[in-house]
Amino acid sequence: MSKPHEVIIGLEIHVQLATRSKLFCGCSTQFGAEPNTQTCPVCIGMPGTLPVMNRRAYELAVRTAAALDCEIAEFTKWDRKNYYYPDLPKAYQISQYDLPFSENGGLLVHDPKQQIEPRFIRLIRVHLEEDAGKSMHDEAAGRDDSRIDLNRAGTPLMEVVTQPDIRTPLEARLFLTELKLVLTYLGVSDCNMQEGSLRVDANINLHVDEGGETVATPIVEVKNLNSFRAVERALEYEAVRQLDVYEETGQRIGDVPKQTRGWDDAAGVSRAMRHKEESSDYRYFPDPDLVPVRITAEQIAAARAAVGERPAELRARLEREFGLGGYDSDVIVNGGRELVDYFLELAERAGDGKLASNWLQQDVMRALNDRAITIGEYPVSAAALAELLAKVKGGELDRNRGRDVLADMEAHGRGVEAAMASLGIESVDDDALVALCRELIAANPAIVADVQAGKAKAAGALIGQARQKNPNVNPGEVRRICLELIEAM
Amino acid sequence: MFIPHESATDLVALIHSGDLTAVEVTTALLERIERHDASLQAMLRVDNQAALAQAEAIDARRRRGEPLGSLAGVPVAVKDNMCTRGEATTCASRMLEPFVPPYDATVIGRLREAGAVVIGKTNLDEFAMGSTTENSAFGVTRNPWDPERVPGGSSGGSAASVAAGFAPLALGSDTGGSIRAPAALCGVTGMKPTYGRVSRYGLVAFASSLDQIGPFGRSAADVAVLLETIAGHDPADTTSVDVPVPRYSESVSRPLENLRIGWVKEHFGAGIGDDVAAAVREAIRTYESLGASVREVSLPHAKYSIAVYYVIAPCEASSNLARFDGVHYGMRTDEAVMRAELDDERARLEKAGDERGLADMDTAMVRLYRKTRAEGFGPEVKRRIMLGTYALSSGYYDAYYKRALQVRRLIREDYDRAFAEVDMIVGPVTPTTAFRLGERVDDPLSMYLFDLYTCGANLAGLPGISLPCGFDGQGLPIGLQLQAAPFEEEKLLRAAHMYQTATDWHTRRPELA
Amino acid sequence: MSLTREEVEKVSLLARLRLSEAELDQMTRQLGTIVEYVELIAEVDTTGVEPMAHVADVANVFRDDEVRPSLPRDEALRGAPNHDDECYRVPAVMGD
Repeated sequence: MSKPHEVIIGLEIHVQLATRSKLFCGCSTQFGAEPNTQTCPVCIGMPGTLPVMNRRAYELAVRTAAALDCEIAEFTKWDRKNYYYPDLPKAYQISQYDLPFSENGGLLVHDPKQQIEPRFIRLIRVHLEEDAGKSMHDEAAGRDDSRIDLNRAGTPLMEVVTQPDIRTPLEARLFLTELKLVLTYLGVSDCNMQEGSLRVDANINLHVDEGGETVATPIVEVKNLNSFRAVERALEYEAVRQLDVYEETGQRIGDVPKQTRGWDDAAGVSRAMRHKEESSDYRYFPDPDLVPVRITAEQIAAARAAVGERPAELRARLEREFGLGGYDSDVIVNGGRELVDYFLELAERAGDGKLASNWLQQDVMRALNDRAITIGEYPVSAAALAELLAKVKGGELDRNRGRDVLADMEAHGRGVEAAMASLGIESVDDDALVALCRELIAANPAIVADVQAGKAKAAGALIGQARQKNPNVNPGEVRRICLELIEAM
Repeated sequence: MFIPHESATDLVALIHSGDLTAVEVTTALLERIERHDASLQAMLRVDNQAALAQAEAIDARRRRGEPLGSLAGVPVAVKDNMCTRGEATTCASRMLEPFVPPYDATVIGRLREAGAVVIGKTNLDEFAMGSTTENSAFGVTRNPWDPERVPGGSSGGSAASVAAGFAPLALGSDTGGSIRAPAALCGVTGMKPTYGRVSRYGLVAFASSLDQIGPFGRSAADVAVLLETIAGHDPADTTSVDVPVPRYSESVSRPLENLRIGWVKEHFGAGIGDDVAAAVREAIRTYESLGASVREVSLPHAKYSIAVYYVIAPCEASSNLARFDGVHYGMRTDEAVMRAELDDERARLEKAGDERGLADMDTAMVRLYRKTRAEGFGPEVKRRIMLGTYALSSGYYDAYYKRALQVRRLIREDYDRAFAEVDMIVGPVTPTTAFRLGERVDDPLSMYLFDLYTCGANLAGLPGISLPCGFDGQGLPIGLQLQAAPFEEEKLLRAAHMYQTATDWHTRRPELA
Repeated sequence: MSLTREEVEKVSLLARLRLSEAELDQMTRQLGTIVEYVELIAEVDTTGVEPMAHVADVANVFRDDEVRPSLPRDEALRGAPNHDDECYRVPAVMGD
């Protein structure tokens, strides 16, 4: 029986900002170029060169800080973090130390599946820094070498550091999901983990309850987390491992130096990484080559005003104005701002949020998925789909016929009327419909008897038969007429 | 006419008028260098063909009737810590011996636009760290007035080349006195402009918040022309200030009226040579005779300048020079030797069963860094890197770097108060005249104290000019320093020119052997 | 306060310098003298004085987010002491 304990997790997230050029020089930040083709004397750190700050990077960073409810500093400066590594050509990273441009924000984490209560995770700071290059081990026979590519060196990064407020690996994953959503809504990053645009390191330790006394175990930093799912798995593993270590050794925080471990997702284990004590003496000091940045209270207020609706606010609006449930609002908002805009127009025009939500999720999003396209590329406009929904709502089409029509609209880019015409859907005149109903009643005495016995549902079988005879009949009308005729018998 | 002694302004006029060609000027100076530099070693590299090609191009422009720049055909010697595209830029260090920058420093670009001929790169203390030019990895520069003595430093090659008539103008850089002190010791005029007045882009950084490029010449009027050419805002250097550049060359000959000068008691305290003190006092009297009013001003924190400077400069240097690590450019230690050495060490430790030693052993990468830097840097550079690394290391930042930056502000505030009362502070440049080669190499602190009167201007970001004001008993030049408030270069140049109109110290030339 | 040889040795690793035994001795002595001298600044009352990292009062200098041509790769790599057609080469750094 293991001791009662709490898991304490803090995250550090590096996000590549969506700029065209690097933070301090004009080299491109485009992913996937041939090694060392996007470098210049500045980002190679050649002697005599000087950095000049990218305005857009600062603007994107401020926008993020505003969206994360951070305090934005009216004065911020750049510091040098000194360490030697061959992918760091100046042997210092331009970063921010004691006066980051923003501090003390937070993000509300919620769980659409409601496995956890919504929780507010506080942020310690958000700061700007430049990325390093890439080291690649050369496996070629007989060579004990690494190869260095500096294309990424100098790319603008934003570092988001949370308080150790996260209590479960699931919460960590949900936090990251929400953060990524916010950042993509803001357009500040593409957050592509495969391309390294979003990287996560996690700090984790335990607070063990020793008969009323809380004992903190040594903090471990976990690196090499390549997906949000990997973050969750690694933290689950670490929590168990740390408890085992604690129960075996009794080590408390401070007893051993902070450890760094790398996560091996395939093997499902973390492993200690080599770490020299001296390497953490970064000798930060203000970078004399870069002047500070001042921003006025008015500019900060303007940045906050420009943030617009954040995902959490949109979810709340969809629930409030359109009566959606939490799950539905989450799915739509997670689909991105463009999908939300599509939904809003559709729901307004159709005058029915739930119907719009159902069609959007069950039909439109499926089509997007199948065809691997974005909502912007979807051939059916919200206005056209709204017309279709009006016909479904009015009983002119049932759900299945409606789907056929939508498929035709998607395939040929036509409007509702044209699609219906091409499918040969036309309204059946009233006399023909009554005649059809009479015919069915005469042919199905058993069903008639059931209906007369009070089982109104039994009429459904008549509707099915009516549609076999004429696919264009309005099922609602068939039902109404059949019930009237049986009543009158 | 003796071309090596002509002023830059006269040469420009003669070339513009066609009385002299740029090729004639360059040829004359190349010959002089050829004859005398073997003993002086002011120049690190002179590419005769490249220099003549630049001169040819100027003459061709003139023949075609195209407009000529303000320094058309005038040879300028450049300290070898300013990047020249496609040509070696070594900082007098083994570390950068193989380095060829693919870009020009902004000042080099401006020289080229003005039609100047970059005649060669001059010697310096390695990475501009030193006061004598003895710390060069490629030989010691000698003082043209006495080859047994130092030319001052770190821009000793530039100062000596101007004094020796190798070029009428030269560029140097000044971090704690590295233009003004060698100007004083070599008997020429040299100016450190206001921090931010001249772009640092392409100047290999020593201490970024103190470094400033500046001109050398044989008169204030020549210095004015060169400063006017190189000064001004540069978008590539965010610390360069966007303040209009006055036409120094036009205003320099206008005397200042009602000039108020101040002198500082601390400048005449212990350590100053009698000859130097006497010459500076005499210069102050000269200014009085020219109508200036004189009063004493106080710089109460001046006595901390050296201490502050020798925290800030090494701290910044330790970071600025970290990039010289043998990975992306410059030299690298012999890798095979390095690996063999590590293998031997490992074998020895294994044999001895020394677990601790094995765990502490450098990785190949760390050893590559350490050996490259050990072989690439000279002793003074290592000393300053060590000092700065120590002062910035964990636990010491507040006591050294932060405190030094605080005292730096107090030093600046002293100056601000003084310049509310006077236009200029007049004083010595160096405590003594040129000393003998080798005299102080084993005593770094005594060497550092040589910057006592100069490093305050760097800490406060002020302009300062050094001009000849006499000779000591051994015939060695003495320098006079004028300092003013930020962006008052014009005032300094006009005041220097007033003095040079009233005296002839700046016209004296050393006899070269 | 004077420096110990062990401190100097530690700093030499931080600074990525390899000093011989003789150099370590000399460095310890010389740095000790200099450090003792610069500690003169400890006597200054700096209460409430803002550190001066920049002398020029300049702020907010930016460039526009525009891509400018990079160096051709061969030109970027040309000066490197060890490189192949694509990359700089160094002793293996994995796990460092």
